[in-house]
Amino acid sequence: MAVDITFQEKLGNFTLSMNLKSESRRIGILGASGCGKSMTLKSIAGIVKPDTGKIVIDDKVLFDSAHKVNLKPQNRKVGYLFQNYALFPTMTVKSNIAAGLRGTKQEKSKRVCEMLKKFQLEGLEDRLPGELSGGQQQRVALARIMAYEPGVILLDEPFSALDVFLKDRLQQEMIEMLEDYKGTVILVSHSRDEIYRFCEELLIMDAGKVICFGKTKEIFADPQWKEAARLTGCKNITNVNRLDDKTLEVPDWGIRLKLKRKVPEDICCIGFRAHEFIPVWGEPTVNSLPVKLSSMAELQFERKYFLKGCSGDMEEICWFVQREWWDRLDEKGLPDYLEIPEDKILLLKG
Amino acid sequence: MDEIIEIIKELDWSPLYISLKTGVVATIISFFLGIYAARKVLKAGPKMKAVADGILTLPMVLPPTVAGFFLLLLFSRRRPLGIFLFETFDLKIVQTWTGCIIAATVIAFPLMYRNARAAFEQIDVNLIYAARTLGMSETAIFWKVAVPSAGPGIMSGTILTFARAMGEYGATSMLAGNIPGKTGTISQRIAMVIQDGNYLTAGVWVVIVMLIAFGIIFLMNLLSGKNMKHIKRW
Repeated sequence: MAVDITFQEKLGNFTLSMNLKSESRRIGILGASGCGKSMTLKSIAGIVKPDTGKIVIDDKVLFDSAHKVNLKPQNRKVGYLFQNYALFPTMTVKSNIAAGLRGTKQEKSKRVCEMLKKFQLEGLEDRLPGELSGGQQQRVALARIMAYEPGVILLDEPFSALDVFLKDRLQQEMIEMLEDYKGTVILVSHSRDEIYRFCEELLIMDAGKVICFGKTKEIFADPQWKEAARLTGCKNITNVNRLDDKTLEVPDWGIRLKLKRKVPEDICCIGFRAHEFIPVWGEPTVNSLPVKLSSMAELQFERKYFLKGCSGDMEEICWFVQREWWDRLDEKGLPDYLEIPEDKILLLKG
Repeated sequence: MDEIIEIIKELDWSPLYISLKTGVVATIISFFLGIYAARKVLKAGPKMKAVADGILTLPMVLPPTVAGFFLLLLFSRRRPLGIFLFETFDLKIVQTWTGCIIAATVIAFPLMYRNARAAFEQIDVNLIYAARTLGMSETAIFWKVAVPSAGPGIMSGTILTFARAMGEYGATSMLAGNIPGKTGTISQRIAMVIQDGNYLTAGVWVVIVMLIAFGIIFLMNLLSGKNMKHIKRW
């Protein structure tokens, strides 16, 4: 097994308990701020020490509380890419890359040259990090990590401080640069786009607990858990009462939903993605929801409608409408009902 | 004017050498001790830190004469430590140049220590973590990453330490005394000539002190500027 991580660690007001076993080379950890994502990476890297547990990567035991094993970060061969890259500000690009290398001067400088070439940093070797662009800094940080051949690379929200344009380009660049890396990469993020783009397998965390783990695309298609649905970007999540195995009552929306599939007994919520509503003018159809406009925001390619139901005090419903629908909406006015296609309903556990 | 030229011609330059020598040696000692102490205190737990910090800063807060009094108690040849040093190493502290250095070091050390500590506390801790995951040894991390990153703070600490050590008066006069050619520093010479009512000679020394002080600060800023390209002007 490539990665086998199980540990507990007390953190302020909650306990982080991590459980991750995977053969995948690209693993994502998604969670809200402060849920213990970064702490997980820091535990793997040996920067912090968990209370109990075991961390094994590619058959190398990094930490095992039962056998009193706790390798120093220096001996773990873990590449850690920090959000701000943590380049040494007083060292040139060359010395930054050489910082962790061992061996004779010639060996080091040969390795540095290889890295400069591979990461397209030739000509920048004598610059200081402060004189580089964001993209170049990212390349130096990666070159520095790759130079000493780590067994696993940890990416700690590497793109969250970047502007939109740079983010898109650097994400692509990172994917290309890591393409021929044979080891495991673990990406931690609160951005679902980043995770979706990057990771084969996904672990979702909330308040220190693992909520679910599986193939990224499958989790996005069917999150199964309320918190997972929220973190994968589902805007409309509401409590339901299960009336029988094909009918759900939605108290906040004041409607009943008929489903073709069977509803498991442990379902307590449903989720519905903001893009999937179908507008209905005139008579209601099956599973349709009467709505009134609360507010609207127009973006370049989509409009965001925030709606309230007829019953009054309920949470607003989000409906995102792509540009091609706008003409019809302007012509006919706001729909009287929104139809909820039953196959698009996400059945969620609490 | 002629009078001033006459004074400069006849001037006994020994206080200049003594002050410079004392300043340089005390700064070198304080530099390493201060950085070392700063690192140790940074590692310590909160209670230990409060106690250690208090003791290490005390010489700066106390009146120099009080520090001088304690030093005299400690090193006097009628006291255990003084006797021990004299009998074992043939080392005299009171009324010697060594006394000058000890007094200046004790008084100036807190400036180095406090500046170094503040500078270390300002370091982005991720730099240290990154260095560890890259396999750098703790010693290498300290000297190659931490100290250069704390560069500006350490540099200003060094300048202040030197200035303080060179100008030390109170503790020096108590421990080392004012023996011309041996322990007579510039500050002590100025006080002495003023007591004699010789204001013109005092003025000449004041100008010399100011020139040295400015020259050294200018030089250090110039030197450090080369290593601090990464700091942006604003």
